[in-house]
Amino acid sequence: MRIALFVTCLADTLFPEAAKATVRLLERLGHEVVFPAEQTCCGQMHVNTGYQRDALPLIRRHVRTFDPYDVIVAPSGSCVGSVRHQHPLVARRAGDVRLAGRAEDLATRTYELSELLVDVLGMTDVGAYYPHRVTYHPTCHSLRMLRVGDRPLRLLRAVRGLDLVELPAAEQCCGFGGTFAVKNADTSTAMLADKMRHVLSTGADVCTASDSSCLMHLGGGLSRLRTGVRTVHLAEILAATERSETTGARGRTAARP
Amino acid sequence: MTRAFLGMPATAPPGVGHLRGTEPFPSAARRSLADPQLRRNLGHATATIRARSAGVIAEVPDWQQLREAGRAIKTDVMARLPELLEQLEARATEAGAVVHWAADANEANRIVTDLVRGTGSDRVIKVKSMATQEIGLNEALAAAGIEPVETDLAELIVQLGDDRPSHILVPAIHRNRAEIREIFLRAMPGVDPGLTDEPAALAAAARSYLRQTFLTTKVAVSGANFAVAETGTLAVVESEGNGRMCLTLPDTLITVMGIEKVVPTWRDLEVFLQLLPRASTGERMNPYTSMWTGVTPGDGPQAFHLVLLDNGRSAALADPTGRQALHCIRCSACLNVCPVYERTGGHAYGSVYPGPIGAVLSPQLTGVADNASLPYASSLCGACYDACPVKINIPELLVQLRDQAPHPRTEAAAMAAAAYAMDHPRLYEAAQQAVRLSRLAGRRGRALPPPLDGWTASRDLPDPPRQTFRQWWAQR
Repeated sequence: MRIALFVTCLADTLFPEAAKATVRLLERLGHEVVFPAEQTCCGQMHVNTGYQRDALPLIRRHVRTFDPYDVIVAPSGSCVGSVRHQHPLVARRAGDVRLAGRAEDLATRTYELSELLVDVLGMTDVGAYYPHRVTYHPTCHSLRMLRVGDRPLRLLRAVRGLDLVELPAAEQCCGFGGTFAVKNADTSTAMLADKMRHVLSTGADVCTASDSSCLMHLGGGLSRLRTGVRTVHLAEILAATERSETTGARGRTAARP
Repeated sequence: MTRAFLGMPATAPPGVGHLRGTEPFPSAARRSLADPQLRRNLGHATATIRARSAGVIAEVPDWQQLREAGRAIKTDVMARLPELLEQLEARATEAGAVVHWAADANEANRIVTDLVRGTGSDRVIKVKSMATQEIGLNEALAAAGIEPVETDLAELIVQLGDDRPSHILVPAIHRNRAEIREIFLRAMPGVDPGLTDEPAALAAAARSYLRQTFLTTKVAVSGANFAVAETGTLAVVESEGNGRMCLTLPDTLITVMGIEKVVPTWRDLEVFLQLLPRASTGERMNPYTSMWTGVTPGDGPQAFHLVLLDNGRSAALADPTGRQALHCIRCSACLNVCPVYERTGGHAYGSVYPGPIGAVLSPQLTGVADNASLPYASSLCGACYDACPVKINIPELLVQLRDQAPHPRTEAAAMAAAAYAMDHPRLYEAAQQAVRLSRLAGRRGRALPPPLDGWTASRDLPDPPRQTFRQWWAQR
C-alpha cells in the first residue's frame, strides 16, 4: 500500500525519531511511504489558541498537499483529531464550503498510526521486539476525539519482550493542552505531577503514548525530576526489532537520562 | 415585557451579581493549587461522585439515546424560546401565578425585593438556586433590610461562613468538618456551644436551626430546574427536603428562573428526570422532586411569582454554536470529570458557574472580554463532553470562545508570524533550523524567557535533534 506520511510539525522539528520509526515500521511491513514535502503544520495550535483566521491558510495547505493520496498516516492522535474534527469546522465558519467538503473527505482517509495498523492493515502483531517494562498513557485526543480505544494496547501486547504495566487513572489528561501548558502553567504542572506519580507507581522504565506533544510534556517533567523514566513514542516501540535493540540504535526521546 | 429591540441582545451588566471574578483564572488558580486541604477534598469528592455516577449510568441500557433525546429537546427549546416562554407565561398565569420578566440582574433583584417588601416580611428562606446567586439577590435583599436564609445545608455553610460556593452541586466542597463546626459556632443563631465536629451533630444543629426558620418565615425564594410550557408547571429537584419545605410552607413563593429552563411538554421531564440524578449525584432518582402549577387554594403558598431572568441569555442564544451552553441542566458532571476543576476548585473561575460549563457559559453571559481567561482554563481533554448528559460540546465551545476573546498583542503577532512561516515551506525550514540551533532555553533546556518560562519552570525542553525529519528524508 502507498501511504503518505503526515509527519506533524512537532515530530518533524523536535521528535524526528517518532516519524522515522513510523517510516521504518511501515516499510518493514511491506508498504511504500511517501513524504509530501509541501506539508508544514495542520494549524491546530492556532485554532486551539483562538486564531482560526491565521489557521485557515494552513488548513488550505494541508488539504491541497494531501488531497492526491488515498491513505494518510500521522504518528499523532491530536493532529489527526485536528484534521478530522477541526479542519471542516474552521473552513465552514470561514464561509469556505468547498474547502470544508474537501477537508471532510480528506479526514476519512487520514489515520492515526494505531488506527492504520489495526483497522486498515488489519494487524496487531507488527513483529516488534522491545524488552522493557512499559506503561501506556492514552492521550486525550486519541482517546476521546479519535476513539482509538484499546488499539495501541493490542499492538503493545503483541510486542515480544515487552512487559506492559497498567497505568492508574490512565484516562486523565497529563496537563499538556498545547498553549494551556504555558498560559496555565501552574494548573498544568499540578496535572503533570499526578500523572507522573501514577507513571512512577507502575515501576515502568518507559512511558509511551501516541502523541509526541504529550510525551514532550510528560518527559520534560520526568526528566526535570531525574526520575530515570524515559518517554518513547508508540511508533518507536513498534519499529524496534532484535537488531535495533541490540545495536544500541535506540531513538533519542523527550527525556534526558 | 414590551421593550424596543435595538441590535444585539444585552449581556449581563457589571457591578451586580457573581458572573465576573476579580482576577484572571491563572492567578486565582495558583492560590487554590497551593491549598492542600482544598486539593484533598476536591480529589476525594470528585473521584467519589465520578465512580458513583459511572456505576448508575452503566445500569441504563439506553443512556446514549437518553442523552441524544436531552440534546434534541434542548435544541428545539432554543430554536423557539420566545414562543415557549409566552406559552409558559399564559399557562402559569391561568393557574394563578404572576409572571415577571427581568431583562437583567438589576431588574430581577428589584422585582424580588419589591415583592418581599410588599409582604411586610423582613426575612426570606431560600432553596439553593444558581440563578439568584448569579444575580446577587442575597446582597440586594440585605441592602433592603431583608435577611435571606439559605436552607440547603452546604449553602448555609457557605452563607454563614461569609464565603462563596465552589461547586454547583456541593457548594461547600472546599470545607472540612472542623471548619464547618467553627463556622456554626461563630455564626449560627442559637447554636449549642458544645457542638462537636461529628457529621451527625453538625447536621442536627443545622436541622434544628432551619426547622425553626421554616416554620416562622412567610416568604420563600426558589430557583427552578424545569418549567413546562404546556402546563405552566415548575419543578425543583433536591436531596435534603429543604426545597419541599420552602415550596410548601410559606404564604408567598417567588421563583427566579433562567429563561432557558423551559421545556415544551410534561413528557419531556421523563428524559431529564432520568438524566439529571444519574449524571449529577450518581443517584437513580433524586430524593425530592417538587412540582407545582400556579396556586392551589388552601394548599401551599397562596401567592406565587415567577421571575423569568434573561441576564445575557439572549446574547448567548444569538450565537448558533454558543447557545449550546444554555442546554445545561446544572448537573455538574463536567466539573467532576474535569482535571482542571479537580485541582483548582470552583473559586478560581470567579463566576458562580465554575468548571467547564462555567468556562463557556460565564463569558457568553457577560461578553467574552469580561471573562477572557475562562475559555483558556481547559486543556481541551474532552472529558466534559463525554460526561455531559445533554451532550454539550464544551471543547468546541471553548475553542470558539477563544477565537472571540481579546488576544495579547505580542501573542497575536507571534501567531501571525508563525502562520505566515508555516505557509511558506522555505521559511518554515529556516525556522526549524533556528529551533534546532537555538540555545534560547539555556543549558539543558531549563530557562526559557517569559512568557514561555511557564514551561521551563517545571519541565525540561527536549534536546534539539541533529537533523529534522525532512532533512533525514532528503538524505536517505
